[in-house]
Amino acid sequence: MGLEKIKKVSNNEILPLTISKQESRLYMSFIYVAIISLLIGGLMGLLQTLVRSNTITLPWGIGYYQILTLHGVVLALVLTTYFIIGFQFALMGKTVGISLKQRKVAWLSFWVMIVGTVMAAITILMGKASVLYTFYAPLKAHPVFYIGLALVIVGSWIAGFVNWHQLFVWKKKHPGEKSPLLAFMVAINMAMWFIASLGVAVAVLVQFIPWSLGYAETINVLVSRTLFWYFGHPLVYFWLLPAYMAWYAIIPKIIGGKIFSDSLARLSFILFLFFSIPVGFHHQLTEPGIDPVWKFIQVVLTFMVIIPSLMTAFSMFATFEITGRRKGFGGLFGWLKHLPWKDVRFLAPFIGMLAFIPGGAGGIINASHQMNAVVHNTIWVTGHFHLTVATTVILTFFGISYWLIPHLTGRKLTPQLNRLGIIQTIVWTVGMTIMSGAMHIQGLLGGPRRSAFSEYGGTEQASNWIGYQVAQAIGGSILFIGIILMLYIFIKLAFFAPKGIEEFPIAEEEEDAEPTPMFLENWKLWIAITLALILFAYTIPFVDIIQNSPPGSPPFSWPIGN
Amino acid sequence: MKMHRAEEIWLVISVGVLILSMVVTGYQAFAMDMAPPSHKETIDPQKVDQTAPFDNPGVFQTEEGKYEVVMTLQIFSFTPNKIEVPAGSEVTFTMTSKDVVHGFQIAGTNVNAMVMPGHIQKITQTFEEPGEYLILCNEYCGAGHQMMSTTITVK
Repeated sequence: MGLEKIKKVSNNEILPLTISKQESRLYMSFIYVAIISLLIGGLMGLLQTLVRSNTITLPWGIGYYQILTLHGVVLALVLTTYFIIGFQFALMGKTVGISLKQRKVAWLSFWVMIVGTVMAAITILMGKASVLYTFYAPLKAHPVFYIGLALVIVGSWIAGFVNWHQLFVWKKKHPGEKSPLLAFMVAINMAMWFIASLGVAVAVLVQFIPWSLGYAETINVLVSRTLFWYFGHPLVYFWLLPAYMAWYAIIPKIIGGKIFSDSLARLSFILFLFFSIPVGFHHQLTEPGIDPVWKFIQVVLTFMVIIPSLMTAFSMFATFEITGRRKGFGGLFGWLKHLPWKDVRFLAPFIGMLAFIPGGAGGIINASHQMNAVVHNTIWVTGHFHLTVATTVILTFFGISYWLIPHLTGRKLTPQLNRLGIIQTIVWTVGMTIMSGAMHIQGLLGGPRRSAFSEYGGTEQASNWIGYQVAQAIGGSILFIGIILMLYIFIKLAFFAPKGIEEFPIAEEEEDAEPTPMFLENWKLWIAITLALILFAYTIPFVDIIQNSPPGSPPFSWPIGN
Repeated sequence: MKMHRAEEIWLVISVGVLILSMVVTGYQAFAMDMAPPSHKETIDPQKVDQTAPFDNPGVFQTEEGKYEVVMTLQIFSFTPNKIEVPAGSEVTFTMTSKDVVHGFQIAGTNVNAMVMPGHIQKITQTFEEPGEYLILCNEYCGAGHQMMSTTITVK
């Protein structure tokens, strides 16, 4: 019996699979781009805080909004997308495998994204695209900027198609089996990303490119903003879900435990797919031309997306407690002590989890209909997403890097690098607490986001903000030290750490876990519900917006200095 | 798919809180008239100066204690600027943009609205406390965005 089982397992079916050298090169290429982006984008962030605190003025005619655009595009779009796609490919390679053909198509996605990124970057560096990463019409950037962004999105779709194909091939080979949890999660995240980015792709291809080239005289501003935010909110979940993948399926292994519940992890990802997209109006609450009833309906849908995050929070702490108690640490909080606080692979994501408590609460405030008026477009919002994406997500990505990079480069995370990683995590936490805290307070006092240094005509209200801007510069400077440290650790792990085998930690289920119900793999049903929810939330208000459209707006490029 | 008992309790309580807060939010929005600004009139963004009421921007008293401010926003200014109203006045701002998207925020109040080309936006605020309030544009509108501000004086 035992022998028979062994015979059945062919080479490529031993889980987790081994990642070949060629695969590693692919995954690392994405991660190299992410780390270069971290340096460039982080430097731009430092410069912004220094300008806004009136510490420096930029030389050589460089504009504040130019570096702000670069900061946003390079960090929010480039760093995140490259890291996520590289990480997700590694997860797929490890759990379901990648064929030669799939790997070639994956390289195509990499190069399409590179071409797009370079095109967009050149226009920004030349000062032709200081429109910020939201590129709101009718401010007009150089057409190449929009074409570059479109290519980045198309490249990411190719990656998604490869991921789905990888899972499809695996399922063909394993009829009746449930798919590996991480592969399931990757497929969900790319499905959400594809459905959501269709919106911004339509805006860019149908509206922005023809208009910026002069083929269309005017642009429908409200339609472009609605399409952008149809994409803009799921974008933040596209950042968050890979962090959740690590929390659900990797962290338990690092702390020596098991997955709390495979089915609940899958269910929470399905709920994210449902409720991440039909919620874009909560970014447009103070806009004219959108029916207030539909704004409220999307606010309600936004609140639904809190539920899977609450499920995730429960699962995490349940895993921590169960693991601790099993190791014999009793008492109400005794299990907390057992957690591997000195293991940076755990510490960095754990602090990320903690940051999501105020981060998530702030998000609920932002989305809360009339309460949004208190904080809309204030620097509170900037503080909010520096807690969520720049702490929760990024610290988790750092936490992943500490084992993923040496695993891919055939090296080891040494105790010294681990200690440096812990210092990096602390530096990041301190810097972000100061910067994000100051942003939250200044925002509540009315200080706007996305603004160069200004005394606003010397009013008393604005003079009270300057102290917080100085605090942001202090926090920003500490964060930049964190970036330098991370870069050093990255170079060490990629090129200089001692050769060895670093574990790719994938947690297993409990021996006696409840079987995962097969209906969770009913993809057609999940996609159908997702599309139905989108059609419900958007059809009537979108038709209303188009039917009541004013004459369009001509392009404006002189306000950005062109 | 069985849930842990503690997780059921956790989810029931939190979903209850979510529903309660949605009911409160909805009640405030629709019964107490506190919905975010969503005015639906439109205008040709290239003919703002020729279209009433924006052909004559200014501060107008509509009735006892009530004012309407007809305002255009343009790169990088508000017209009219330096507004003055008596304390206790209820002021309705009727606004549109002559060029790109702007924001209209009065620091220290809940007045916060997007002002977009092609759309007329309205927002109302009662100013009880005398003082000078800072009005600023809070949506990026170009190289001089940070200079786009004015004040409203409540006497």
